[in-house]
Amino acid sequence: MIAFILRRLVQSVAVMLTVGCIAFLLFRYVGDPVNNMVGQDTSLADRALLRQQLGLTDPAALQFARFLGRAAKGDFGVSYQYARPVGEIIAERLPATLELSIVAALLALAVGVPMGVYTGLHRTGLLSRLVMAFSLIGVSLPTFLIGILLIVVFSVELGWLPSFGRGAVVALGWWTTGLLTASGLKSLILPAITLALFQMTLIMRLVRAEMLEVLRTDYIKFARARGLPNRLVNFGHALKNALVPVITITGLQLGAIIAFAIITETVFQWPGMGFLIVQAIGFADIPVMAAYLMLVAFFFVAINLIVDLLYYAVDPRLRIERGGGAYGL
Amino acid sequence: MSQPLLEVEHLRVEIPTRRGVLTALDDVSFAIAPGEVLGVVGESGAGKSLTGAAVIGLLEPPARVAGGRIGFAGRRIDDLADPAMRRLRGKEIGAIFQDPLTSLDPLYTIGSQLAETIRVHLGLGRAGARRRALELLNEVGIPAPERRIDQYPHQFSGGMRQRVVIALALAANPRLVIADEPTTALDVSIQAQIIALLRRLTREHGTAVMLVTHDMGVIAETADRVAVMYAGRIVEIGAVRDVVLRPQHPYTAGLMGAIPVLGARRERLLQIDGAMPRLGAIPGGCAFHPRCAHAFDRCRSERPELLPAGPSAAACWLHAEADHG
Repeated sequence: MIAFILRRLVQSVAVMLTVGCIAFLLFRYVGDPVNNMVGQDTSLADRALLRQQLGLTDPAALQFARFLGRAAKGDFGVSYQYARPVGEIIAERLPATLELSIVAALLALAVGVPMGVYTGLHRTGLLSRLVMAFSLIGVSLPTFLIGILLIVVFSVELGWLPSFGRGAVVALGWWTTGLLTASGLKSLILPAITLALFQMTLIMRLVRAEMLEVLRTDYIKFARARGLPNRLVNFGHALKNALVPVITITGLQLGAIIAFAIITETVFQWPGMGFLIVQAIGFADIPVMAAYLMLVAFFFVAINLIVDLLYYAVDPRLRIERGGGAYGL
Repeated sequence: MSQPLLEVEHLRVEIPTRRGVLTALDDVSFAIAPGEVLGVVGESGAGKSLTGAAVIGLLEPPARVAGGRIGFAGRRIDDLADPAMRRLRGKEIGAIFQDPLTSLDPLYTIGSQLAETIRVHLGLGRAGARRRALELLNEVGIPAPERRIDQYPHQFSGGMRQRVVIALALAANPRLVIADEPTTALDVSIQAQIIALLRRLTREHGTAVMLVTHDMGVIAETADRVAVMYAGRIVEIGAVRDVVLRPQHPYTAGLMGAIPVLGARRERLLQIDGAMPRLGAIPGGCAFHPRCAHAFDRCRSERPELLPAGPSAAACWLHAEADHG
């Protein structure tokens, strides 16, 4: 168990180093950092001095080490656009994105899993067919279109819910939350549904497919032959087995939700990281982009590690046989 | 024979498909007395397993019982609603499936799978169920049950897993066990042990067994009576000794002839020419007639019923001809 965790940790560090290398290359070699910082009328001598001061004349390896050292402390330099430390800007935006992503993920799970189980158990029912048809729409419609449609219906036509922003927020230390105010909660509904819809339908279809697969197995037939009640067979045995692969996909999808919140945040003017990164790309704000890249990579790696540990906890076969790392990134 | 425990009369199972309704079992009738072991043999696809599934009420849709009657302990069970049938399964009629490697849920310890079965049927508490589970594991010959009870299925070998499956099937002391090819997936050396175990336990508890297999050796050693199935029908049924030594139906005779005898020098193994027809293409008259060396006109036009033939009963016109002329 300890060896397993250590092995996964080493792999995670390797992934983070690789991403750090890309972020560094981006930071250092896409455009000239000095050019981006100084005005047009700065003399060549001043530029050379600044270059010296920033350590940009040192060997690349040393610069990379310095970049990593700072990144580990959350120091990604100064944003070209805002002329403020990147860490600070991201810390401001992070709670909005995380709240939106986690609410969306919970929504996707809370609706997707039960619907998947229902359609798996009642394959030919009318409701199942309706849900399946509906899920095709969810899988195939692009996120921005869903967001805009929701805004048209619920904000413009019905006027029930706000179409942009995060509403009023409450500060808890450095974390700002919109979950404690009525306007914050109202603002969260449309973006959360927009962000969750694709994942919801994906999880539902996955759970359904896994349920159908598991229900065909001998151990389910044998469980019925043992005279166990349907509830115990369907939920205790079938669902638990069906959820093993679902855990992996859902974990990866949570990472994807955080990363792809960009589109939803842009549609809803949600003051999170995704909105920030879109602005940063427009402005060629390299430090923000590099920091965002590393942060998203960190979330992916951390979620993967947790998923692996969960897998380990759920499936006894992995606890004995070695080589549980087959289900990683 | 005393009052039968299981009575199957004119059972008909159909499978509706896009290209019409297939008749998978047709006019299958047999009975099993309390404590009796009935062997059911036949080629793959003859309907042996389907018969077992129909009895226990676990036919996989779209297959369905389309006619006939299944009685258990004097009560009709083929038309029971699901909850009533469920109370019968495991409690009165146990089942053992072919592949022990896949019969156990991989995510639960064998102890918890035993305990849940025991608690559902016997209403014992947690501690009582565990005690009973230990007894059962001991009874089926699992060494060190105190340690093994908390292990997962993948930590057991195939033979050990089939012992656990037997313990599960017998957990509530059912009066009938349907064993569907319980040894097919096991090593030959383990097969004999499992059959011996099954025979010992069912004898001790007075459990009747419907033993589905295509291994005539297992039948000869274990069963009291045997039913031979071909293309969804029983073609011969009788006491094991009679059927094995004096087969009445040409198909049974072919089956017996196909068992190689150690020490007998033969260039080739004997076999029955041709193959069993698919369900959609069962010929009219006797289903076996295209492969039968003794077939005559009547076999091609009329379907024979199961009628007394010598010491057994066989569905073959040869015997009707002999009786009547």
